[in-house]
Amino acid sequence: MSMTVVDTPGHGHHGHDPNQQHHFASMAQQFDSAKIGMWLFLATEILLFGGLFVGYGIMQGQHAEAFKSAHHHLDKRLGFLNTVVLLVSSWTMVMAVYSASVNKRKATVILLIITLLCAGTFMVVKYFEYSHKIHDGLLPGKYFSYKGPHLERERMFFSFYFMMTGLHGIHVLLGMVAISWLIFRANRGDFSSSWYTPVDLVGLYWHLVDLIWIYLFPLLYLIQ
Amino acid sequence: MGHVVSAPGKTAAESPRPQKNYLNEQSGLWSWLTTVDHKRIGIMYLIGIAIAFLLGGLMALLVRLTLLTPDHKIFGSSTPILSAEAYNQVFTLHGAIMVFLFIIPSVPAALGNFVLPLMLGAKDVAFPRLNLVSWYIYVIGAIMAVASILLGGIDTGWTFYTPYSTTTGGAVTLMTMAAFVLGFSSIFTGINFIATVHKLRAPGMGWFQMPLFVWGIYSTAIIQVLATPVLGITLVLLALERVFNVGIFDARLGGDPVLFQHFFWFYSHPAVYIMILPGMAIISELMPTFSRKTIFGYRAIAFSSIAIALISFIVWGHHMFVSGQSQMASVIFSFLTFLVAIPSGIKVLNWVATMYKGNVSLEAPMLYAISFLLLFSIGGLTGLFLGALSTDVHLTDTYFIVAHFHYVMMGGTVIAFIGGLHYWWPKMTGRMYNEFWAKVACALTFIGFNMTFLTQFFLGSQGMPRRYYNYLDQFQPLHAFSTFGSWVLGLGLFITAGCLLASLRKPYDAPDNPWGGTTLEWATQSPPITHNFEGQPVLEREPYDYRPVGAKVGH
Repeated sequence: MSMTVVDTPGHGHHGHDPNQQHHFASMAQQFDSAKIGMWLFLATEILLFGGLFVGYGIMQGQHAEAFKSAHHHLDKRLGFLNTVVLLVSSWTMVMAVYSASVNKRKATVILLIITLLCAGTFMVVKYFEYSHKIHDGLLPGKYFSYKGPHLERERMFFSFYFMMTGLHGIHVLLGMVAISWLIFRANRGDFSSSWYTPVDLVGLYWHLVDLIWIYLFPLLYLIQ
Repeated sequence: MGHVVSAPGKTAAESPRPQKNYLNEQSGLWSWLTTVDHKRIGIMYLIGIAIAFLLGGLMALLVRLTLLTPDHKIFGSSTPILSAEAYNQVFTLHGAIMVFLFIIPSVPAALGNFVLPLMLGAKDVAFPRLNLVSWYIYVIGAIMAVASILLGGIDTGWTFYTPYSTTTGGAVTLMTMAAFVLGFSSIFTGINFIATVHKLRAPGMGWFQMPLFVWGIYSTAIIQVLATPVLGITLVLLALERVFNVGIFDARLGGDPVLFQHFFWFYSHPAVYIMILPGMAIISELMPTFSRKTIFGYRAIAFSSIAIALISFIVWGHHMFVSGQSQMASVIFSFLTFLVAIPSGIKVLNWVATMYKGNVSLEAPMLYAISFLLLFSIGGLTGLFLGALSTDVHLTDTYFIVAHFHYVMMGGTVIAFIGGLHYWWPKMTGRMYNEFWAKVACALTFIGFNMTFLTQFFLGSQGMPRRYYNYLDQFQPLHAFSTFGSWVLGLGLFITAGCLLASLRKPYDAPDNPWGGTTLEWATQSPPITHNFEGQPVLEREPYDYRPVGAKVGH
């Protein structure tokens, strides 16, 4: 076989962006790799939720009456409020990514804080919704103890309600941790137009979390 | 370094012994546990899967020993070797350990981690830290899996079918969570490899200049990323079913136990190709190297890997022909299943055509490659019996299917893995193993394997059901022969392990390119330096080009 070994520019250890890892030839290559990795991770997230969506679709088809009857226990107004809250947070996230890419440090920090507050609001609303369900005994599986009139398969609906919103809620919480970490780093001045990969990647993740809610809201709250 | 021309058979004396390499640049346990070097992580995975293979293998020997006689006693002992309950647990753990802890990570995470970046001329995988994280997740998952043995065991079979798995006692929840955790390790490896292949190829290396091993591992990574999350959520649902009775798989609560089978096989059928594609990937390296000839049908082999990966997602229903799914579904799944035979056949024919008029040298890795061809062909062709609806109804859940998947998984993947391990051993460790003992071990493994599993085709076609503890006296001669075979097989594998490990006692004696390989991993020293290459290698010739340097590469 034959091959040539060359010293490519950027191979030496001087003149590097400090954020460039040694095994990448350029910042662009490093950024593209990170993006590919993140998109693949998001694909796995979609498939993870996909199992629940398929299960929901099949069970909803088999117990349509019970699911329709059960969904009246959900508060459409709170669900709608949370949808708006998450959509706003998606917008502030986009603007935060943009601000980071044009070296607007202060704007980045403020926008990320607003995003975090929206996520927090979402979880607080979710807390009140959950408390209400727990109070009424509308719990998944064997803990279902609702005393009012209901169809037998309504407990299946609440199994799905808690599994789907629960898994989504865990993702919101993880997103809040990631956004808090971004706020800390952005405030410290870690990001610049030459390197803002973490903001970009967390942004992608956050949009997916929003997107999944956009599907959960009609599936659970708006059954006809 | 200018042009590097590696001649076959270059001896140790000609190449100066490496003073500094990835093994000795840093030392101490801590330097290993915190390493982000893909080569060291590959070695750490290798140690992990070797332990898993030993555990799973000993359990297999125990299962076979129990089946030696119909009353499960030997040498006139009064108690059976395993009670019926213990037998159920041991075969379940054999399956679960072999699938989740050994085969799935074997080629990609151990050999792939070591070889793939070298083949691409890269310094490391795209995400070195994620790579290390995936190893730790693997170890945590492995500890959980082994802990489930101690905390009550599981007796569901590795498939965890509902409703049995949601009602039986034991540590089923822990085992399913172990598989869930191991899935993350697999996903992270897959993400890493896809990003690495896309972004870290050496200058001059287009997609069709990549070694075929990389194509195979890339196809595998696609399946790992797209299928594993579905298994993840399925196992979470199974655990929730056990803890909360959520009802999705429970017919009494309006759920559907067959839905579990659909979910499970939606992952686990593609997972079968997670297991076999890397084996095929190794064979695509061994064939040209030991035939000293350009691979026949490069693009056909590359595309057939992708084709297998894609088809793998639409054939899961062939595991469920007798589950009560609709007849129409069964007919469609049966038809789709036959499609898998096309890319598999393309590969086999191309490998044989590579050997044709080549300068075939029968060193140990090539002996394994040829063993693979024979065993995989038997495994693949018997798969057609099972894909055909009418014969499958007769053969479902018999030893025929046990024999079939062992021919593919063990005769295919494990044999290819061992072949690949011998092939890259000099590169990984810097030492040559003893060729004589490696050949003896290969012969014993091949003979023992066929004794063990060819017998089971006969058992299965005569109606011996799989997983049963008891059997009719008429099956005893075949069961006994299979058990004798398992001892020969075990002996072969122990000699293999001994032969490889014994080489570690020697000083470095491996040349940089002991086999005359043409891919980039042979262009660096054995063992490689921490950064793999001195400078950035640039690819100037097609892969598997065995013409003398200077001969023009035609298109």
